[in-house]
Amino acid sequence: MSSVAKKDRAFEIFAATPARILVALIIPTITFFVLLWSFNFMRDTRAPRIMVAIVALVVGVGGVWALYLALNHLVTQMPMRIRDSLLPYVFVGPALAVLTAYIVLPSLRTVTLSLMNRAGTEFVGLDNYIFAFTDPSMLITLRNTFLWLIIVPAFTVSLGLLIAVLVDRMSETGEKIAKTFIFLPLAISFVGASVIWRFIYFYQPAGMVQPGLLNAIVVALGGSPQGWLTIRPWNNFFLIAIMIWLQTGFAMVILSAAVKGVPGDLLDAARIDGAGEIRVFFNVIIPYVSGTILTVTTTILILVLKIFDVVFVMTSGQFQTGVVAFRMYQEAFIFRHFGRGAALATLLFIGVLPIMIRNMKSMKERR
Amino acid sequence: MSTSVSNTAAAPLTLQQKRIRAILAGIPVRLTVLILVVIWTVPTLGLLVSSFRPAAAIRSTGWWTALFAPFTADWTLANYIQVIGADRMGLAFSNSLLITIPATVIPITIAAFAAFALAWMDFPGRKLAFIIVVGLMVVPLQMSLIPVLRVYTNLRLNGTYLGMWLAHTGFGLPLATYLLYGYISSIPKEILESAHADGASPMLTFTRLIMPLSVPAVASFAIFQFLWVWNDLLVALVFLGTRSANVIVTTRLAELVGSRGQDWHVLTAGAFLTIIVPLFVFLSLQRFFVRGMMAGSVKG
Repeated sequence: MSSVAKKDRAFEIFAATPARILVALIIPTITFFVLLWSFNFMRDTRAPRIMVAIVALVVGVGGVWALYLALNHLVTQMPMRIRDSLLPYVFVGPALAVLTAYIVLPSLRTVTLSLMNRAGTEFVGLDNYIFAFTDPSMLITLRNTFLWLIIVPAFTVSLGLLIAVLVDRMSETGEKIAKTFIFLPLAISFVGASVIWRFIYFYQPAGMVQPGLLNAIVVALGGSPQGWLTIRPWNNFFLIAIMIWLQTGFAMVILSAAVKGVPGDLLDAARIDGAGEIRVFFNVIIPYVSGTILTVTTTILILVLKIFDVVFVMTSGQFQTGVVAFRMYQEAFIFRHFGRGAALATLLFIGVLPIMIRNMKSMKERR
Repeated sequence: MSTSVSNTAAAPLTLQQKRIRAILAGIPVRLTVLILVVIWTVPTLGLLVSSFRPAAAIRSTGWWTALFAPFTADWTLANYIQVIGADRMGLAFSNSLLITIPATVIPITIAAFAAFALAWMDFPGRKLAFIIVVGLMVVPLQMSLIPVLRVYTNLRLNGTYLGMWLAHTGFGLPLATYLLYGYISSIPKEILESAHADGASPMLTFTRLIMPLSVPAVASFAIFQFLWVWNDLLVALVFLGTRSANVIVTTRLAELVGSRGQDWHVLTAGAFLTIIVPLFVFLSLQRFFVRGMMAGSVKG
């Protein structure tokens, strides 16, 4: 009896499928058009800002969920076999679509644009790359980028490691407070940090009051005030200092976790063997955390390679302080030379390519 | 027997020695750390103090003089009133919120769905998709700016919230997917199997089981992405611009530096307004914040 009822039900579902698919198709369509309407509303409206704000938050936060639920609804109405093969793509598809639209296709386009002229209309071969490696101002830009890439990781990692080891010897509260203060700049935007440091480097002619801390100190010590941001090539170091200030906390936190992982036995054994604290630091701690040092260094290298904001706010690349990522923005969006901008972006990409390949390889092996 | 006796006899001495040595050794350590902490704090302190000083006072005396004589110094809120109103920082602040919140929620949602499928569903190309996600994680966003801007111009997405949400979604998605994958794939298999046995659909499993279980990972990434978007300048400069009514705090502050580079009363108050949200997030959610930062570093 029950088997008959089951059969009936199964038949019912089967018969109803086309209608349900139709309904299921309508739901995502409606969702789509509601979202489209709301986007147009936000773009073109003269409605009060608070209205726009509410629509923006509801659509921005809820819209994505609505799309997934609608798509899921559509697929679950289909016959079992289609459903099971389609469902994973409902989950993973939007992510792949976004990645394709925002990273994969644009990157390919940028590579081809880098071989074309200013407006991207004519093939010019390697002209833009030749420019990047021969133009006098570009050579300075490359030199500066090189300086950043060496100095920032060197200082942030050694300072971070030093602080990690030092605070490890303090009381728990002392360690926590010290770490919080060193880490704090990491929350600050590069723009905010740049304003902070512009104020420190502020220059007034000799004889006037120096509200900038650095010149105030110099004057108090009997020196004469300097326009720190205009002294070539040392001004680069004053910009680099900002990045060191920002990122040391990051290196410290990661390295601190590693330093705490050094086995106590190992340290005690070294000390019993008569090693002083400095030798313990160099011969026991550093080798033990070398893997973490490499990770932190790589992360900071990638970050520094793309540094843009600090240069933009501090000097706008004047006084020979440009770096590749800043020059890329300048060429592409100020000078409107898309070919050169694309070539510089591609250079940045080539810079991270080894890391990208290494990461992908290690993922492939792991699974 | 005799060795153990000599050990216990020697132990208090070495302990005492150790203690004295520790205290003596502690002084240079504490002093060094204190100096570093002061160096790291003074820049921000100068900004904070100056933002509450009248414009004339900032020019005529160093901010530290006000700090050493807090009761005789002039304090004012006028800088903030001016920068929020006349200098449109208030508008920028609300725009920043309207851009940052969806630009945090959208990538997390999309990434969580994808991470679930990559971790627990079987489909052709699954492994390849994951390796591509890992590879895209380090692609500089500069590679996307020019082509995306051209498409945006055609679609009239320049200067819109939607354009910004989607751009930040695209740029944050690889890391989000990778982090959430790491977490979601480590959920015990038995939990998912029992959900399946109970007849829960994948969507139900995801919304009722995976998402609640992933709260720590989601929180860590959410803080990371929130601060990233809030602090971003480059994406906003390219896709949002500085002229539209949609300026955000970072573009507005950068613009103020350009137009009023010497007006420290405006700049310090403006800068403090832009960093107050990240500072609040950092101080109140420090644990998740540090975890998020550390998780983000794994990509290197």
